[in-house]
Amino acid sequence: MSHAAVEVTDLVMRYGDVTAVDGLTLRVEPGTVTSILGPNGAGKTTTIETCEGFRRPHAGRVRVLGLDPVADAAELRPRVGVMLQSGGAWLGVRTEEMLRHMASLHAHPLDVPALIERLGMGSFARTSYRRLSGGERQRLSLAMAIVGRPELLFLDEPSAGLDPQSRRATWDLVAELREHGVTTVLTTHFMDEAETLSDFVHIVDSGRVIASGSPGELSGDGSRNTIRVTARPGLALGPLADRLPTGSSIEEPVPGQYVVTGDVCPPLVTAVARWFSDQDVLVESMLVERQSLEDRFLELTGKALR
Amino acid sequence: MMTPLDLSPAPGAAPRGAMLRSQTAMELKLLLRNGEQVLLTIIIPLILLIAGTRSDRIVDLGPGRPIDVITPGVLALAILSTSFTSLAIATGFERRYGVLKRLGASPLPRSGLVIGKIAAVVLVEIAQLALLSVVALLLGWEPAGGVFPWLWLALLAVLGTAAFGSLALLIAGTLRAEATLALANLVYVVLLVGGALLVPLDRYPDAAQSVLGLLPSAALGEGLRDTFAVGAPHWSAVAVLAGWTAVAGALTTRSFTWE
Repeated sequence: MSHAAVEVTDLVMRYGDVTAVDGLTLRVEPGTVTSILGPNGAGKTTTIETCEGFRRPHAGRVRVLGLDPVADAAELRPRVGVMLQSGGAWLGVRTEEMLRHMASLHAHPLDVPALIERLGMGSFARTSYRRLSGGERQRLSLAMAIVGRPELLFLDEPSAGLDPQSRRATWDLVAELREHGVTTVLTTHFMDEAETLSDFVHIVDSGRVIASGSPGELSGDGSRNTIRVTARPGLALGPLADRLPTGSSIEEPVPGQYVVTGDVCPPLVTAVARWFSDQDVLVESMLVERQSLEDRFLELTGKALR
Repeated sequence: MMTPLDLSPAPGAAPRGAMLRSQTAMELKLLLRNGEQVLLTIIIPLILLIAGTRSDRIVDLGPGRPIDVITPGVLALAILSTSFTSLAIATGFERRYGVLKRLGASPLPRSGLVIGKIAAVVLVEIAQLALLSVVALLLGWEPAGGVFPWLWLALLAVLGTAAFGSLALLIAGTLRAEATLALANLVYVVLLVGGALLVPLDRYPDAAQSVLGLLPSAALGEGLRDTFAVGAPHWSAVAVLAGWTAVAGALTTRSFTWE
């Protein structure tokens, strides 16, 4: 029987009067990278920490590798790698010392010097945790999560505070771990991270999953895409509108900026280009914009700051 | 050439004994690296021991040679500093910085975390008690003869560590790290001055003696003074320490939170 790597069903978690997770259901398939994407306070960390066995569900059911994270903790802990959102090391401990200690708790750990080299931690291997920058702490925390060679990884905001190079290195590592069959569940509020890295995205808001799918599926089916054309202002748009397929529209919101909205497909692009050409108008730029995961995310979760 | 990283899963916990050794070694290393802890556990007891030989000029310790009165008290203080103050502060900050949480997600069992702490505390205490005893003997300390006082010292040290250690974890597992730091130091000073730890109980006002006698500090201090004066502690010292261990242990088990 094949289990889901993680299966959360109708999870409810409360802190006093506040309901942090409110009937959340999600599934993580083995061997995938799955992102839990959501604004601050959406319940991402609470959900992931419940899967890690730190909290007992107030209602609902959580299964990790087919086991109960609290009751079967002793069996699960060696199989699961955890990267906390922050902290996790003694202030006085040196980077390499901490990593060796974590390695010593596992049966077949990764080679510590090789891991240090791989994550570019050589320059601060002998520096105490107290003196590490935020990004260096993140890298150590990631290394601590994978040093025991787990089959399932939980990464809580793995690239928060990282510079672009370290971020890329983290992504490459997660991708390589997937090639070796490791399942990864990560929380993030970076769209590009979810889009680049994951096979599957669950968008979470106010403690519930409000959309799930591959990044491509979530970004939209093309019906909300646009073509932006820059050309001479003030063209009569009536004739073009007649030649466009039904469901599409054109407007000139800013003089010289034309926006075609609709099901953007190659014939539509050609039709728009030909129309401008027929008017003997030189198109200065023409940009096809697909709705991004970010547009979709903002559409689903609203634009209000929280 | 580095070993290439094999990222394929190969999960598994290390053998229990190896985990415990590693955890204890780590705790010990961090304890010794911390300057304030060394000051608290070694330097202050040493200063008090040496000053104690001249203590008749500072405080009246009662009948007997000052060194014979002060040495058991200093040994009791060493136990208090390591098993209570030092343990509470270290654990409070481990909780604050997510160390307990992170280790809680590792293959190390929760019991392993506690055993690692106890083992580190006991190893430090053995070193403290050995060093302080040797210095005291060099200063002219004349403990009761035979091997029994030393066996009683071991037993009372274990009981005192259990009582103070449970209290330390009770504070560290419920209060914020800063509050733990403040309270652990305050309790240390209060017990040192007013807890019949260094100064014999019969030097305190009569009215206070019956209450003070119920403190774990008084039980440990009086127990060790009796042990090295007459060869064995009064049974009440053992009973008081066992009582504190039972109560604090039960409360700690219920209230300790890992983050």
